[in-house]
Amino acid sequence: MLGSAIIVFRETFEAALIIGIIAAVTRSLPGRNRWLALGVLAGIAGSGIVASLAEWISNLAEGTGQEIFNAGVLGIAAAMLAWHNIWMARHGAQLARDARQLGLAVREGNREMSALALVIALAVLREGSETALFLYGLLAGGSQTLADVLAGGALGLAAGAASGYALYSGFVHIPARLFFSATSGLILLLASAMASQMARFLAQADFVPSLATPLWDTSWLLDDQSTLGRFLHTLVGYEAMPSGIQVLFYVATALLILGGMRLARSRPPLLATS
Amino acid sequence: MLIRLIIICVTLDPPSNPDTMKSTALLALLAMSACAWAGDQEIALNIRDHRFEPAEIRVPAGQKIKLVVHNQDKTPEEFESHELNREKVIPAGAKVSIFVGPLAPGKYPFFGEFHEKTAKGMIVAE
Repeated sequence: MLGSAIIVFRETFEAALIIGIIAAVTRSLPGRNRWLALGVLAGIAGSGIVASLAEWISNLAEGTGQEIFNAGVLGIAAAMLAWHNIWMARHGAQLARDARQLGLAVREGNREMSALALVIALAVLREGSETALFLYGLLAGGSQTLADVLAGGALGLAAGAASGYALYSGFVHIPARLFFSATSGLILLLASAMASQMARFLAQADFVPSLATPLWDTSWLLDDQSTLGRFLHTLVGYEAMPSGIQVLFYVATALLILGGMRLARSRPPLLATS
Repeated sequence: MLIRLIIICVTLDPPSNPDTMKSTALLALLAMSACAWAGDQEIALNIRDHRFEPAEIRVPAGQKIKLVVHNQDKTPEEFESHELNREKVIPAGAKVSIFVGPLAPGKYPFFGEFHEKTAKGMIVAE
């Protein structure tokens, strides 16, 4: 039971952290909880579908379908986060803080929330489908009873959710003055981390060259399998042994988003006039 | 490989007379088949009873390798290697491709995350 709890925890950890960050970032947007729940539920439903299609997906493109699928999911999620940051740069911290008071902002807020709910759904989908496959395998293997598998899964899920909540509560205590720059910095790194993971999948399927594997090795300093390593892996994309292409994707994504934010900031926001 | 083919196609000059046209066509054909054959080295890896077979794989260093992993068990497995920077779920009965490297000489352990106790293996690049 403990074994399955640990694996379910590992799988849900990443999705839980992403949900925690997005929940914190959107704390003042109207209708937030509804959107968050919608994202999680859509992700869970999608997980079941993807898990049941796993064999078919795997066999696509000469056995590299899974990489194409994962790279696509990560690419969309990173694009949504990039769009969020650029949107926030345009409308500013003021709007984010006072969104509830601005009736006009509701429509904008909904658009914003739907993009972020999609990020949540995709994170849950990616981790959830692997979890479903793993738990199914345990059951099919016959060495564990349904009760064992369910109890282990629930334990792992609870631990994962708790870490996401811990991150969330840490974030909402950041003073409002710093909140805007702290969250947009974090979202920037999160999107870059997703782009780096996408590059790893593309290299694994031989769509792009790995360029130097690994580019460096800092596993003596911080193993990316340790809890702190995994935490930093999800949040800022830390990897002890990244390939060159991952670093390239990471840096390029960060620069693109920063450029987009700067461009958006230099134009007057649409809503400021109304 | 596609890029290599394109380079070959581009570097071939347009034929000026029938003789060179023939030899050019032949050359292009040869180049294409050479590319197809001299592709990445393929290595078969099976999963049976939650173990990798073979458990040790020797590969040349500095070359990209295509691992063709066939999961013959009735349960899914996750191929994982921190050293190779690879992670992939292999559903029951599925046959998947995983590209690794080019690798520097050394040992690269891998394992099956869903059956960590028995599913262990090692790639030795030399």
